[in-house]
Amino acid sequence: MQVYRWTLTMALSIVHRATGIALYVGTLLLAWWLIAAASGSAAAYSNVQAFTGSIIGRLVVFGYTWALMHHMLSGVRHFVWDLGFGFKANEREALTWAALIGGIVLTVLIWIIAYAIGGIR
Amino acid sequence: MSASDTPKRSMRTPLGRVRNLGAAHSGTSDFWRQRLTGVAMTLLMLPVIIVVMMTLGSNQAGAKVILGSLPIAVIMLLFIIASAWHMKIGMQVVIEDYVHNEKLKLISIMLNNFFSIAVALASTYAIIKLSSGV
Repeated sequence: MQVYRWTLTMALSIVHRATGIALYVGTLLLAWWLIAAASGSAAAYSNVQAFTGSIIGRLVVFGYTWALMHHMLSGVRHFVWDLGFGFKANEREALTWAALIGGIVLTVLIWIIAYAIGGIR
Repeated sequence: MSASDTPKRSMRTPLGRVRNLGAAHSGTSDFWRQRLTGVAMTLLMLPVIIVVMMTLGSNQAGAKVILGSLPIAVIMLLFIIASAWHMKIGMQVVIEDYVHNEKLKLISIMLNNFFSIAVALASTYAIIKLSSGV
């Protein structure tokens, strides 16, 4: 299959799926957090915080933040295409780079704000 | 489907030919809902991030007060419903693309529905419980 040249849009198409699957599994964390808050038990909520505050937990939530931001921007990119715009080669590339860089920038920004307000110790 | 795929003397209408087609056998309704929920979540993203930031550093009692307030509960409920629907459709597309064994595909789609509905109901129940002050 030498006719195929691996392109950025191809790679990012797979990343869109991969982040979608990761977010799918990650909803368990969101549900766990909400159920713990609703349980009325301070210990149950502390358990969630103990996990999200651990090194592994922070990596998971950081990864989740990136997956969410990237998937959102990549989704907006798909929406632009659905509306019939952005199909020229340079536009395709620009949209894809915007989703890639934008996702990383938003993730870092969110974590800087989170640390700045002192919520994460 | 091009005209050459159908017998020349077919009496079936164009609509009849496309009915029940597509990998999901459900036409474009899932395609539309996928976009609808995607746009909804994009609009809700900033409010949801703010809500999560507000709860950072607070204990269970503090989180309960924040998540139990009416506007925040509505934002979270909308986000949960949109996410569960969006992820159910998205995972079904992935299953339909990669699982070709018909039985395994049906089982996978069924489990996908169970998981998505369970996550949605558990999270929705939690939000309502937080709001009702029980």
